[in-house]
Amino acid sequence: MSAEAWQITWFTVGVAALSTLAILPFGVALAWLLARRAWPGKSLVETLVALPLVIPPVATGLILLKLLGRRGPLGAWLESTFGWEIVFTWRGVVVATAVMSFPLLVRTARVAFENVNPRLEHVARTLGAGPWRVFTTITLPLAARGLVAGSLLAFARALGEFGATMMVAGFIPGQTATLALSIYHLVQLGHDSEALVLLGVSVALAFAAIWLGEWILRRRPA
Amino acid sequence: MTLTLSQLRLPLGTLTLELDTALTGRVTAIFGPSGSGKTSLLELIAGLRRPAAGAIRLANITLTDVDAGTFVRPEHRAIGYVPQDGALFPHLSVRQNLLYGFASARPRPTGLTLEHVTSVLEITPLLARATPSLSGGEQQRVALGRALLAAPRLLLLDEPLAGLDTPLRERLLPYLARVRDEFAVPMLYVTHSPDEVMALCDSVLVLANGRVAARGRPAELFQPSARPRYEFRG
Repeated sequence: MSAEAWQITWFTVGVAALSTLAILPFGVALAWLLARRAWPGKSLVETLVALPLVIPPVATGLILLKLLGRRGPLGAWLESTFGWEIVFTWRGVVVATAVMSFPLLVRTARVAFENVNPRLEHVARTLGAGPWRVFTTITLPLAARGLVAGSLLAFARALGEFGATMMVAGFIPGQTATLALSIYHLVQLGHDSEALVLLGVSVALAFAAIWLGEWILRRRPA
Repeated sequence: MTLTLSQLRLPLGTLTLELDTALTGRVTAIFGPSGSGKTSLLELIAGLRRPAAGAIRLANITLTDVDAGTFVRPEHRAIGYVPQDGALFPHLSVRQNLLYGFASARPRPTGLTLEHVTSVLEITPLLARATPSLSGGEQQRVALGRALLAAPRLLLLDEPLAGLDTPLRERLLPYLARVRDEFAVPMLYVTHSPDEVMALCDSVLVLANGRVAARGRPAELFQPSARPRYEFRG
């Protein structure tokens, strides 16, 4: 593999890992709220979170571009407050992959929480444990496999993200070029053999992430 | 120990639990058919549910009072709860299960130690075992020990023997009697079985359709002639 191919691979893995870590606390908290609590607006939030799964990724990307562009409401604020430029930078790649993989994390984590018997949490309360101790010592450990599997699924989705990333970050070699964007770019230029190398890397990474997730989910409890 | 239920009301789908009574027995049986509101009553007392109206007092402590806006959280009530399936934490060992509530900072009667509880319930050899590997009867004894070790002021037992076959039930009854005599924790004992009431309890509250249908001593309610009246199947 060429130095450039390695750079693209590491950049993609790094961005996918960063976006997964960034959505993990929010995704887990939202999944718990959806699984365990009734609140007004719950079905609306559920629908909003699922939207990126079904609308075209390019459309999601366009929404993000309008929000996060220099003149967008969020983009202008982020730039004036933190000095962060999002659009057409590596940060844009992270935001696009995070938004696209968020629904997968939330759905998997929600099922993981729903599978924890609420009676175990009730009994723990009667044994003197407050809500936070119950969550960290009962709910979280019992849902852990589902949460890890959901994170790996989100990571795999982030590795392959194309449409939204293209809109928000564009293809800038060495700055925003992920595996997916690079494959498309190389094929456009007719460099099919280089594209095939990156294709192999993509498939291997995604296969490993999904397989590991399935293995963790299906493993017998210790 | 007196547990006072004052004008307690909880709608439960097709029926409404409505109780206004005081329970004073050492071991009080809550007896009644399935769907009569027995488990919901235990959940109200444990603080796992909030009633629509009314108040619950244990001795002189108000646990729930809807009008006054009082609600003591379940973790501060010191009321033990053993559900039918035991609900042991499957990811923790027997020892970790037993010690889960032991760590909380409740005042503890002397003699309430891991060694004593495990020897009374004969579960000392199980301490290092993984929870899912236990038999049904072993799980129930560990669940009972776990609740006791949290030093409850009142112990709620929700049909602890219902999921077990008859020979095993008969072997476990003496353990419950030992807990009653050894640790002197007042108990509410939900059951379908007149035999268990006769063996363990000193008073009975019969629930039907969410209301008190009868109350009294086990011998009064379960005389051979009276027995068919309260022969419920769940």
